[in-house]
Amino acid sequence: MAVLLLAEVTDGALSMDATAKAVSAAAKLGDVTVLCAGAKAADAAKEAATIAGVSKVLCAEDALYGHRLAEPTAALIVSLAGSYSHIVAPATTDAKNILPRVAALLDVMVLSDVTAVVDADTFERPIYAGNAIQTVKSSDAKKVITFRTSTFDAAATGGSASVENIGAADNPGLSAWVEDKTATSDRPELTSAGIVVSGGRGVGSKDDFAIIEALADKLGAAVGASRAAVDSGYAPNDWQVGQTGKVVAPNLYVAVGISGAIQHLAGMKDSKVIVAINKDEEAPIFQVADFGLVADLFSAVPELTGKL
Amino acid sequence: MKVLVPVKRVVDYNVKVRVKSDGTGVDIANVKMSMNPFDEIAVEEAVRLREKGVVTEVIAVSCGVTQCTETLRTAMAIGADRAILVETNAELQPLAVAKLLKALAEKEGPHLFIMGKQAIDDDSNQTGQMLAALLDWPQATFASKVEMTGDTVNVTREVDGGLETLALQLPAVVTTDLRLNEPRYVTLPNIMKAKKKPLDEKTPADYGVDVTPRLSVAKTTEPEARKAGVIVKTVDELVAKLKEAGAI
Ligand SMILES: Cc1cc2nc3c(=O)[nH]c(=O)nc-3n(C[C@H](O)[C@H](O)[C@H](O)COP(=O)(O)OP(=O)(O)OC[C@H]3O[C@@H](n4cnc5c(N)ncnc54)[C@H](O)[C@@H]3O)c2cc1C
Repeated sequence: MAVLLLAEVTDGALSMDATAKAVSAAAKLGDVTVLCAGAKAADAAKEAATIAGVSKVLCAEDALYGHRLAEPTAALIVSLAGSYSHIVAPATTDAKNILPRVAALLDVMVLSDVTAVVDADTFERPIYAGNAIQTVKSSDAKKVITFRTSTFDAAATGGSASVENIGAADNPGLSAWVEDKTATSDRPELTSAGIVVSGGRGVGSKDDFAIIEALADKLGAAVGASRAAVDSGYAPNDWQVGQTGKVVAPNLYVAVGISGAIQHLAGMKDSKVIVAINKDEEAPIFQVADFGLVADLFSAVPELTGKL
Repeated sequence: MKVLVPVKRVVDYNVKVRVKSDGTGVDIANVKMSMNPFDEIAVEEAVRLREKGVVTEVIAVSCGVTQCTETLRTAMAIGADRAILVETNAELQPLAVAKLLKALAEKEGPHLFIMGKQAIDDDSNQTGQMLAALLDWPQATFASKVEMTGDTVNVTREVDGGLETLALQLPAVVTTDLRLNEPRYVTLPNIMKAKKKPLDEKTPADYGVDVTPRLSVAKTTEPEARKAGVIVKTVDELVAKLKEAGAI
C-alpha cells in the first residue's frame, strides 16, 4: 500500500507537530510519501524528509499554492493520486477544506477525523460530538482520510527521505486570495501545547481575558476559549476548543468559567488532567474534571497564578 | 440571483445521544430533531442577502426521510421562498448528497449555494467541498462574512491561524461557520406563512443519482468514560494536587 500525505505547510513553514502525528497514523497503512505544497516549500520538504517513517517527499513549489486555495491544491493532489491507495492529511482547517474536494473528484468518500486505524479499509471516528465512536469500513477504491492529530503521537525525527521537486498542476483559476488576519504570538500552538488554559463566558469581557492569559503565560500554556467566549468577542475564533473548533489533548487542561457543554467537552475531554474553576458547583464541567475548584474565577485565578 | 440552501434534519444539539447496547448505532427514537444549527445560519444568511436585494430567490433543499418537510418548513419560516425535498429512506452519505445537490443545481441554475460547514450528527464536514468539486465551482468553507459584489463573492473564513479572505467567481459554494450571523427567531405568523409556501417532492431516482453508501458501519461504541475527580477546597490544595499528579 502506498500513502500520499498532504503536509501542513503555512507560508512556507512545515507544521511539524500536525504532520508528524499524521505520519505516525499513516505509517500503519503503508509506505508514506509526503507532499509539501506552497509558494515556498523547499524548506518544509527538507524538514518533512527527517520524519521517521517517511519514504519520500514531493515538493511542489509554485506561487499557485501560496495560500493553499482548495481548487488548485485539490487539482495537484488528484494529478498525483494514481499511484496511491490512501490520500491522507492531519485534520486541520486546511485539509478539511481541500481533501473532500479531492475525494469528490475521485468519486470516493472522506473518512473525517479518524482516531484509530483498524486495517487498510477500516477506521474509527467520533460522531455526535464524540459521544459515540463508529468503526467504519470503506468500500471505495481509494481512501481519503483526515486524522485527528490529538489522538496520535508524533512520529520521531531522524529519517532522511529523498526529496523530489514536482511541477505545478492545472490552475482552475476560480478563486483568489485577498488577505489574512492572523495574530502572531509567542505562546505555544493550541493543538500541540502541553498545557492549555481556556476561558469561557464567565470571564465576562475581553479585558478580563487577561486573567486567563496571565495564568497561561505563567504555565507556558496555550490559550483556548469556549464558543460563547469567542461569540462574545472575548477571544479570537482560532482559540475555540470544541466539536466545531480545535480538538486538544494536552497533559493539563484548565477550564475557567466554562460550563462544560457537550460541544466544548468534545474538544478537550481526552486531556490527561482536567482542572475546572467555576462558581457553580452543578456545572457539568465538574463531571469530567480531575480537580474541581468551586470558586469565583476573579479571585481564584489570580491567586493560582501568584502561587505557581 | 438564486441561492440554494441545503438543510439537514439532525438530533437537536441539546440532546446527548446514547449508544445502543448492541453496538448497532445510536438511539435516536423519540429524541428531539431540529435543523442542523450551521444550516440555520446558512438559511439566515441567504434570507438577509435577499432582504438586501442582492438575491431574488432563496430555495431550501433537504435530502432524506419524509419528516425533513418539517425542517424545510422551518427554513421557509426563517424566510426561504420555496423548498424541495428529495425523499428517501436510504442512508445518505456526504458524497451522495453532493451528487443530488449537483443534479438540483443543474435544474435550478443557482448562482450560489450557502450551506452548513458540518452536520452535528456525523460531524463529516465534507458535503459543500464535494459539491463544489462536482460542479467545478470555487468554494469558501467556514465563512464568518459573505459580501457579494457583482459576479464575485468575498468570503472571510475562520481558519486555524485566524481569518482568511478569498474572492470567488460566481457561481460558488460557501459553507457557514458559527460567527456568520445569529439566526432570527421564527415567529408564529411566519410559521403560518411558511405552510403556504411551495414544497416540491422528488426522489433520488428523479435525478438519476445512485446514493449507495460507500462506508459501512461495523459497530458503534461508547467513548471511554473519564473517572470521577475530586473537588478541592482551596487554591493551595489545587496546586498541591497538580504537583502530586505531575501536571505542573
Ligand atoms: C452547532 C454548535 C456548535 C458548537 N460548537 C462549540 C464548540 O466548538 N466549542 C464550544 O465551547 N462550544 C460550542 N458550542 C456552544 C455550546 O453549546 C455552549 O453554548 C458553550 O460551550 C458555552 O460556553 P461557556 O461554557 O463559556 O458559557 P456558559 O455555558 O454560559 O457557561 C459559563 C460558565 O461560567 C461560570 N461562571 C460565570 N461567572 C463566573 C465567575 N465569576 N467565576 C467562576 N465561574 C463563573 C458559570 O457558572 C457557567 O458555568 C456549539 C453549539 C452549537 C449549537
